[in-house]
Amino acid sequence: MTRRDWIHGWLLVLPAMAFLVLFTHLPAITTIWNSFFSTPRGRRPAMFVGLDNYERLLNDPIFWKVLTNNLWFALGTIPTSIALAIAMALFVNRRFMGRGFVRMAYFTPTVLPLIAVANIWLFFYTPGFGLIDQVIGLFGYGQTNLLGEPDTALAAIMVVTIWKEAGFFMIFYLAALQTIPPQLTEAARIEGANGWTIFRRITFPLLMPTTLFVSVNAVINSFRLVDHIFILTGGGPDNASSLLLFYIYETSFRFWDTAYGATLTVVMLALLCLLAIGQFFFFDRKVHYK
Amino acid sequence: MTSLDRWLSNAAAILLALLWVLPLIYAIWTAIHPAAYEARFVLTAPLSLENFVKAWDAAPFARYFLNTFILVTTILIGQFILCTLAAYAFARYRFPGRNILFTLVLLQLLVMPDILIVENYRMIRSLGLVDTISAIALPYIASGFGVFLIRQSFMTVPRELDDAARIEGAGALSILWRVYVPLAKPIYLAYGLVSVSHHWNNFLWPLIVTNSEETRPVTVGLSIFSTSDSGIEWSVINAATLMTSAPLLIAFLLFQRQFVQSFMRAGIK
Amino acid sequence: MFAKFFQGAAMTAAMAIAGTLPAKATDLQFYFPVAVGGGAAETIESLTKEYMELNPGVNIDAVYAGSYQDTITKVITASRGGNAPQLSVALSVDMFTLIDEDLILPFDDFIKTEEDQAWLDSFYPAFMENSQTGGKTYGIPFQRSTPVLYWNKEAFAAAGLDPNTPPANWTEMVEMGKALTKRDANGNVLQWGVRIPTSGFPYWLFQGLTTQNDVILANSDGNQTNFDDPKVVEALEYLVSLSEEHGVMEPGIVEWGATPKAFFEGQTAMMWTTTGNLTNVRKNAPFDFGVAMLPANKRRGAPTGGGNFYLFKGTSDEQLSASVDFIKWITEPEQSAKWTMATGYVAPRPATWDTDTMKAYAKDFPPVLVARDQLEFAVAELSTYQNQRITRIFNDALAAAITGQKDPATALQEAQAQADAILKPYRVGQ
Repeated sequence: MTRRDWIHGWLLVLPAMAFLVLFTHLPAITTIWNSFFSTPRGRRPAMFVGLDNYERLLNDPIFWKVLTNNLWFALGTIPTSIALAIAMALFVNRRFMGRGFVRMAYFTPTVLPLIAVANIWLFFYTPGFGLIDQVIGLFGYGQTNLLGEPDTALAAIMVVTIWKEAGFFMIFYLAALQTIPPQLTEAARIEGANGWTIFRRITFPLLMPTTLFVSVNAVINSFRLVDHIFILTGGGPDNASSLLLFYIYETSFRFWDTAYGATLTVVMLALLCLLAIGQFFFFDRKVHYK
Repeated sequence: MTSLDRWLSNAAAILLALLWVLPLIYAIWTAIHPAAYEARFVLTAPLSLENFVKAWDAAPFARYFLNTFILVTTILIGQFILCTLAAYAFARYRFPGRNILFTLVLLQLLVMPDILIVENYRMIRSLGLVDTISAIALPYIASGFGVFLIRQSFMTVPRELDDAARIEGAGALSILWRVYVPLAKPIYLAYGLVSVSHHWNNFLWPLIVTNSEETRPVTVGLSIFSTSDSGIEWSVINAATLMTSAPLLIAFLLFQRQFVQSFMRAGIK
Repeated sequence: MFAKFFQGAAMTAAMAIAGTLPAKATDLQFYFPVAVGGGAAETIESLTKEYMELNPGVNIDAVYAGSYQDTITKVITASRGGNAPQLSVALSVDMFTLIDEDLILPFDDFIKTEEDQAWLDSFYPAFMENSQTGGKTYGIPFQRSTPVLYWNKEAFAAAGLDPNTPPANWTEMVEMGKALTKRDANGNVLQWGVRIPTSGFPYWLFQGLTTQNDVILANSDGNQTNFDDPKVVEALEYLVSLSEEHGVMEPGIVEWGATPKAFFEGQTAMMWTTTGNLTNVRKNAPFDFGVAMLPANKRRGAPTGGGNFYLFKGTSDEQLSASVDFIKWITEPEQSAKWTMATGYVAPRPATWDTDTMKAYAKDFPPVLVARDQLEFAVAELSTYQNQRITRIFNDALAAAITGQKDPATALQEAQAQADAILKPYRVGQ
């Protein structure tokens, strides 16, 4: 390691680090700092309040509700979208009539802005004349109000999320599938293994690194994707479909309670760090042996 | 695979595809028919392009479009430059603090700017940049994901190529530009497409930092356009959605093969 | 195009740097929300243009900021960022919030002559309730509305009801609703009797019910709510009973945005929504419809709603006088009439209704008068300090009761307790 080398190294890293520090690390630290202060209002400056914001957090039923919602949301969207992504990738990894269309269809949600397609989904879910009700009406079923009932609102949001994510994840799986040597599956087939066994014993294990990568993404998305909530439910009814980031947005930019918004963000950061500790090491090991 | 299996799985693939493309089909249906047919699917419905005209007249979509274009380009160029430099350092240089710095970079994979909206807004405000396109772009210019991907690809470049160029007297940046970057082309394409589609569709952060037509990207423009308190006009909203998503849709249609292949070659898996 | 953009960006940057320095005295930035679809934005723009032609020294940049919610957010964001607009139309109910954030100025400093005072006194009192506090006027009514009942005359006739008689009171609404609710052989509903949207901001239409039940939701100082009053509970019980007990309204949260479409599609025979939807309904309803005041209970009643003009701090005196002058001009009967005809908003001054244009318009389309006549019974829209949060708490309570999570009394008592905790600091020293 020469001196020139490390000066070069530092210089190369510096610009990226400057931006990262300015917009990721520093804000993460000031978030924690500001969570110990009160929100400044026009007439009152911020004051040090110690753990008051955290005490409020513990006693805030909405916080607990959105946190639980977020966990259900993660549980509901991550495995489903990954499973669908794998299925989609397997589907379009073979040649058949209409493959181009199918591949495009799977990918459309990635290209369309979630905020705009949310309006389309709103129509699908609308009671009475909405698409879902029109279709089930043909089979003699009555009206549903999926977005307007607390039991189904979050699930309805999750469906949109899965629709949005699966096609994007498919691309990663598709790329990975194409690197699997066909001889491997051929050999297994000659030995009489059926499709499911081949998938379970050969394909799926070989896709493991991709699954890791995709699941990290999916975990982050389960905290990050809230665009459609703005249009579909606004977090309602009675916060039944609100998620942590949406609550942070409302608290900070609608109620202008930025200190409490910071406190909520600290929880989000803590959650992500926990996941990071779990996933990062796993991820890192894979990276090294590659 | 038996032919029945094959037939079944093809049918499943197509069924799933139809389900997936349904929102797009609905968007097209409403956009090209009068509002009265938003919820009535009769084949004899008259065609009309009036919704596009209405949407175009109702909001400055050309401006929003330009804003998004500038935004996405700025971010992409910034990310390419900054991530390439940093990735090169992490792939080929040994320097004190390297591991700590790399960990800090990877941290951004999890702690994304999308989550730090409260403090990033404070930061942008203290820089006096509220309501500028730069304000939307800045938090994303350096990307942990980008550094990581490009570093992965640089690490696969044979040392010999590097050494050969060095013997010829090429400087560090010149080696980077002439040896590494060309070899990592697929990763740039793959990463570029991911970045473009992500920032084209990003909503929350631009919603927070923009206040005016001059800076608002398409997503925020669309949301403002559609949340009229009087009732949702699906036909016009969907016409607007199609207009503003068309470039990305078309780009994907044209490049989908290269896109998938670049992912494959890029070794993102 | 690029050159132009960068020029613009450079100018914006320069202005941002200039920050606190006063801009050119007569440059005004004006934010406006368009809550009602159609030609509203165009009308605002053509009116500002007309004003600029009459006053060559003034340059007004009218910025369309989205829904009411977006506009208030944008106004606060921009002001906190140090580039507040000079004037803005924002929800009248955000007055206390804007005062609390120390962002707005009262109009009183600009009321110098008797003529000015006469102008200030010329608005409907119902609209001024949300515009004044502590003896000062902070808002000038502009795009104001009130909810009304729309009914489908054909559906009424088909159900054997008189197509020209809407329900006059709560009982009639339930009875007519029962006659109007149509079910198929399987018991699935084809047409609901009535639709009172409850998504997003359910408190507004609900305030129609509370007013009819003769109770006020918040005091005029904006620091005391009345959510757990037995009359409020009773009103909520009535709302819940529409779907739970009487089966005349769709159960669950009823989407506001889909309501006009549901009405056009014959999914509901009556709907409660803003008078601001009048033009929309007139244009798109494929059947004969009527517009009526909301049904009465203990009394007639409805909240007012919509937006006021506000003046923002951080503005030079010259800009302020120019802003006030513009507001005076745009609320004059002629301009106000144009605005009302384009949108369906209620013209906020009686004088507007006396203009020949408005008279002719009302003769041609009498339903526009319903909202005006209802003003006599109207009360201020729910408005308090920390308004967004208080209404959110109230909305959540309403949603919990409507979806059967909590019974009305419990939900409202909890909401009142939460609101008390937030408003307590605002009661000190007042």
